Amino acid sequence: MSTATHDTNREAPAKPTTTVGKAADYLDQRTSIGVAVKEFARKIFPDHWSFMLGEIALFSFVVLIASGFFLAMFFEPSMALETYEGEHPANMHGQLMSVAFASTLEMSFEVRGGLLMRQIHHWAALIFMASIVVHMMRVFFTGAFRKPREINWIVGIVLMILGLAAGFTGYSLPDDVLSGNGLRITDGVIKSIPVIGSFLSYFVFGGEFPGHHIVPRLFTLHIFVIPGILLALIALHLFLMVLQKHTQFPGGGRTDKNVVGYPALPVYVAKMTGNFFIVAGVLVLMGATMAINNVWNYGPYDPSPVSAGAQPDWYMLFLEGSLRLMPGAGTEWVILGYTLPLNVLVPAVVIPGILFTFLIVYPFVEARVKGDDKEHHVLDRPRNVPVRTGLGVAFLAAFIILALAGSNDLIATHFALSINAITWVFRVLFFVGPVFAYYITKRICLGLQRKDRELVLHGHESGRIVRYANGEYIEVHTPLDDQERWLRVNYEAPAPLEIAPKTDARGVKRKGYGADKRWQGLSRFFYEDRVAPVTPAEVAHSHGEHDEPNGHDQLNGSERQAVEAGVGTTSREH
Amino acid sequence: MSENQNENQNDLGDTSADVTVPPETGTAVGSVERFQDPGVPEHKKRLTDTDPRAAKRAERTVTLLFVLSILGTIGSIVAYVMVPPDGTTAGVRLSTLLLGLGLAVSLLGIGIAGIHWAKALMGDHEYVQERHTLATQAEDREAAVNDLNEGLADSGVVGRRGMLKGAFFGSLALFPLAIAVPLIGSVGGDWNISKFKHTMWKRGMRLAIDPSGRPIKATDVTVGSVFHVVPETTEAFRETHEWITEKSKAVVLMVRLNPEDLLTDQSPEGEDWSYEGIVAYSKICTHVGCPVALYEQQTHHLLCPCHQSTFDIADSAKVVFGPANRRLPQLPITVDSEGYLVAQHDFAEPIGPSFWERLK
Amino acid sequence: MTPWRPRLGACVGVVLRWYRFMTEKLKHSQRDEDIFVKALAARRHHRLAPVVLLLLALLTTGGVYAALAPSTAQAETVSTADIETGKKLFQANCATCHGSNAEGTDGVPSLVGVGAAAVDFQVSTGRMPMQMNGLQAMEKPRQMNEEQTAALAAYVASLGAGPAIPTDEQVDASLGDPSNGMALFRTNCAMCHNAVGAGGALSEGKFAPPLWDTSERNLYQAMLTGPQSMPVFNDANINPEEKRDIISFLVEQRDGSAGGASLGALGPVSEGLWAFVVGMGLLIGAAVWIGAKSS
Repeated sequence: MSTATHDTNREAPAKPTTTVGKAADYLDQRTSIGVAVKEFARKIFPDHWSFMLGEIALFSFVVLIASGFFLAMFFEPSMALETYEGEHPANMHGQLMSVAFASTLEMSFEVRGGLLMRQIHHWAALIFMASIVVHMMRVFFTGAFRKPREINWIVGIVLMILGLAAGFTGYSLPDDVLSGNGLRITDGVIKSIPVIGSFLSYFVFGGEFPGHHIVPRLFTLHIFVIPGILLALIALHLFLMVLQKHTQFPGGGRTDKNVVGYPALPVYVAKMTGNFFIVAGVLVLMGATMAINNVWNYGPYDPSPVSAGAQPDWYMLFLEGSLRLMPGAGTEWVILGYTLPLNVLVPAVVIPGILFTFLIVYPFVEARVKGDDKEHHVLDRPRNVPVRTGLGVAFLAAFIILALAGSNDLIATHFALSINAITWVFRVLFFVGPVFAYYITKRICLGLQRKDRELVLHGHESGRIVRYANGEYIEVHTPLDDQERWLRVNYEAPAPLEIAPKTDARGVKRKGYGADKRWQGLSRFFYEDRVAPVTPAEVAHSHGEHDEPNGHDQLNGSERQAVEAGVGTTSREH
Repeated sequence: MSENQNENQNDLGDTSADVTVPPETGTAVGSVERFQDPGVPEHKKRLTDTDPRAAKRAERTVTLLFVLSILGTIGSIVAYVMVPPDGTTAGVRLSTLLLGLGLAVSLLGIGIAGIHWAKALMGDHEYVQERHTLATQAEDREAAVNDLNEGLADSGVVGRRGMLKGAFFGSLALFPLAIAVPLIGSVGGDWNISKFKHTMWKRGMRLAIDPSGRPIKATDVTVGSVFHVVPETTEAFRETHEWITEKSKAVVLMVRLNPEDLLTDQSPEGEDWSYEGIVAYSKICTHVGCPVALYEQQTHHLLCPCHQSTFDIADSAKVVFGPANRRLPQLPITVDSEGYLVAQHDFAEPIGPSFWERLK
Repeated sequence: MTPWRPRLGACVGVVLRWYRFMTEKLKHSQRDEDIFVKALAARRHHRLAPVVLLLLALLTTGGVYAALAPSTAQAETVSTADIETGKKLFQANCATCHGSNAEGTDGVPSLVGVGAAAVDFQVSTGRMPMQMNGLQAMEKPRQMNEEQTAALAAYVASLGAGPAIPTDEQVDASLGDPSNGMALFRTNCAMCHNAVGAGGALSEGKFAPPLWDTSERNLYQAMLTGPQSMPVFNDANINPEEKRDIISFLVEQRDGSAGGASLGALGPVSEGLWAFVVGMGLLIGAAVWIGAKSS
């Protein structure tokens, strides 16, 4: 296998003549980039507005890096103390503050465009997290996390957690009172951890809180470690997306074996680039017109002051709410002389632990209870998976209730309510709300599925009333066209798992029966209530229902019943 | 109709609770009796495909948007030169606004132009591409496993050389210690966590007003007033990091109640930690350490603005609401010969949030 | 004790008041022939001469008066007549709750020794007289005019020594140091009133009001007297200069935020809300546009 034979087997490419051609030739001879271009230039991507949500996150991240670079040129991550000599803002002149805080003031009031960049950076951080969460909602509710994308779902969750970390470390950099109190709360939470808490607090702060190490440490994390890992994981996230090809919404001609959409070049390149500029433009617009985190309002960190409305950025608000809701009475235990503050541990460690665990394990649990090992590239319509949709909404309800609880003082002032009463309402709602949300959502989904069945079986109401010779009036229904019908029947309504019997043929107890039984119970929870898709036979049966004067409503009703029990008309009849 | 559906629902629950649907029925419904995929919907032509004037119009719009973007950039540069921020609130606001608006127009111009171009003028035919199963073909997989086995065999670690393997993995596992030990040794300062249990308050140390540092006379503290208190120190010490760290443990909130309102404080038998209705409590919340600073004069309640833990100052600062579990530690006070308020000694228990070794 | 320093606002106010008074008089004089005007007009023989002269005279008198007159109500000599008026007002409007001698009743504070400052604060912000018993007295349009308030304050002040109404100089924001004011505000006030005075929640439905629309004088009085839930900040705790620094800081906040729209200055929660409403709203809108098939 010498190179000579290899080369002679290949036809030599024609000599390029244009400048672009020559450059491409130069590059290709050194990198064989032609292969990649051939692979990707006309790669097909499906189109849907909700597929842009991840793009918004990606582009906010680009804006974060760009504006962050600008800020890093002027920010000095030092906790050395100095007296602020600047004339502006007037309320800071002559105050003792850390160099970090002073440099934040200088970049805001003396560097032209500095405040703009700070505000863009902060708004971009909020939008980064917001779009990640909304993107995750899209992925969850459409089942885009199913095989083969479970790994990418996990990567996405890690990205979200890193986003939280990036936001938190950046928020604390200016060393102002608001973020300083945030750090102090963090310190309190760290101290609550059993056995190692106190040492962990020393580990983080380089001694006692606040010390003079925390800002440089956070800075290193914020501009080097976390963005580095974020970048690597974003690359992995996108690589897996391209490798596995994007999911597509259900529709005519779209199957698990193909991808229907537009080519990367030119449509996707143009749309992505356009979307990048729109995201950047909106973030700049926000930075130009809306004030955010004007730290001179809070002043340099000092352990004594605190201001009303002391809250973290929105993505940490659920933790704040969780801390606010937990009742303190009786929740600090002393065991053998060691203190276990459950009033901190439960809301700040256990609750977020449960929430994140739910997100991480959900794809695997769902695959297990469905007994599903197939690749899925066509997305689910949320109504067709009622329990998943219900669980997702319940999760969101819990998250939102906690975030609202974290804003209870502002709710109190803006709606003239008692903060104590609000807290009690949220304490109850935290348990009742998600259950209620689950139940309502599931019912709505099942209802929508039945509506779909109605449509497929009987068509749209046309509003045209016809009178028969025998005097009977009916409304003529127009049947659905192929595309519309396909959308409503192209789904699965799996039945709960079946398991092998407890004992084998010889009456010997089977190993693992208990576990199987439990999985089956969970599977029942998921798939007991279901609405099966309409079959052609059913349509054929109901066809002409309204053409015949002696309608078969009763009969059709009972058949529907049979089908909805998952048995199917055909099997019942035969 | 709706009654029917309700019945269906009940049926579902009853039947499937003990009987699962036979799988063969499922497949029958799934494969044999399903609708056929109608295929990709027919392509519909856009206005710009059929009407050349519409296409021309779209082209002009796109061009105009790009020009707008250029104007935005120019506007931003003009704003940079012509409107320097003068440092005042209004000046900085104007400068930020103009620079930002210019940049936003410049970015949004490109973005909207690009999208409009893609939507109106670029091809909009949908294509279908096959997906391939992600799993590797069987023979490739086999080849890969073979390669791995060959590599392992070549390395000679398989099977017999247990010592070698042990040493190899051992050395790999241990070398990070040479980095971790010095790091961990220094990263936590002196690692002396017993500092959590003490503050800088000492016998006879005067109480001073935060942030001015003026010492406080008992007569200054009138009924209903609240003082945010720090230990009296030198001006020079108040400009150090040590001060900030000490202050974050030593801050105290002091109020004077009518003696008949003061039900009880934390003084043990035979001692008096308050002075003529003046009581001083740690300002650091026993929940997670926020400064508990929000004092309601009428109810004598002290509220933490971070998590709404509420303490009753008239009743030994016990918790009356919220997530805190323990009362705020009291600073025992008295007056010195000149009438200034002074500490009797440090807090009797660690201040602030709970930690594992708190009572040890 | 009170420095006699003319201020533009006071000047204009006094001039206007004198002008109104004298124009009334002028109308009168056309029938009644005011001697002063008549004498002047007789010599000049011009129809408008008395008016011009009057205006001139007014300006001079007003200016002199403003320059010499004490600039606050407090410094005006409190006459026994005022106290009498105040007592009548008190009996009519306040005695039901506070008792006929202001000694207080069950759950209602005594007003002996609260001083004129407390009365002026409560009445001039409309908090008192209260319309009904509630968690806290709410700010509302004032029920009593300046004179009535002054009379009432004089009456209550006569019952026992208490904090007096501050002078204009004591509440002059331009004389204060906003930087020191900021340092004091955040230690003593921000936990209830928010970092820049946007207000905040207290327990059980009470709240600390926003401070941006509160007059300088009322700000000072609130600190001095500690209305309702608010603690008292006496002059030993925050001395008069420091109180003025705080007022100076708060007045500076009326300029708004350097970064643009202040979004209520409520901190991260309102910022998060706006990020979703404006930011995500616009971006999802754009995404829908990008994803939609063009017609």
